[in-house]
Amino acid sequence: MRIYVSSVFVDDQSKALDFYTRLLGFRVKNDVPVGEHRWLTVVSPEDPDGTELLLEPSDHPAVKPYKAALVEDGIPATSFQVDDIDSEYDRLVSLGVSFAREPMDAGPVRMAVLDDTCGNLVQLIQMKGA
Amino acid sequence: MNDDELDRVFKALGDPTRRRIIDRLRERPKQSLFEICALSFADDGAPLSRQAVTQHLDMLQKAGLVRVEWSGRTKLHTLDPGPLREAFGLWLRNHL
Repeated sequence: MRIYVSSVFVDDQSKALDFYTRLLGFRVKNDVPVGEHRWLTVVSPEDPDGTELLLEPSDHPAVKPYKAALVEDGIPATSFQVDDIDSEYDRLVSLGVSFAREPMDAGPVRMAVLDDTCGNLVQLIQMKGA
Repeated sequence: MNDDELDRVFKALGDPTRRRIIDRLRERPKQSLFEICALSFADDGAPLSRQAVTQHLDMLQKAGLVRVEWSGRTKLHTLDPGPLREAFGLWLRNHL
C-alpha cells in the first residue's frame, strides 16, 4: 500500500491552481473534468512521480466550518518541506504571498505558515542540519 | 481589582502548564493555538494537547492575563502582565 495522493480543500480550484503552480512552483499532474469540478492534482517538480496533492473542491457543507475552525486556531491544512526556508520565504513574499508566521525555529525544524488564499494555512518546514 | 478578580489571577497562576504558557507568551507574543502547542513541544519536549491548552487559555483570558486579537481569521494570544502588577500592588507587596 502506498500514499499516492493527499488533499487540501480549496475554495476555488482555478485560483488554487494558480497559487499552487505559479506561486508555490508545483506542476499539474492530473486535470480531469468531473461534473462541475475537476480531479486536479499537482506534484513537486523535484519529485514528479511522487505523492500528488489533490486540490479538492470545498463545497461539501462540512468543509467550511472545518476549515474555519482550523484557521481560527492557526492549524495548517498541510505541510511542505523545503531545503532553505528563509530564501523560499523571501521568494514567496516578493511574489505577494502572505505569511501568518515568518520563519522561526521550532526544535529540530524551522517552520513558517502561509495563507494559500483558498481558505487554508500551509506550513513550510526545513529540517535543520539537512 | 476586587477579591474575585484577584482570586482568578491566583487560580490562573496555580498550575504549571498555565505558568508555562505565560512564560511562552512573554517570549513571543501573538501566538495562535497551533503555535503555542508546536513551540512548547519543540522547546520543552512536553506535548500539550490542544484541548488542554484551549481550556488553560480560557482561564488565563478570564483572569485578564491573556488578550486575544484576530489576524484575519486566526486568533492570536498575547500576555497582559497588568493583572500581575495589580495583584502585586494589592496583596503580594504587603508581605515582601
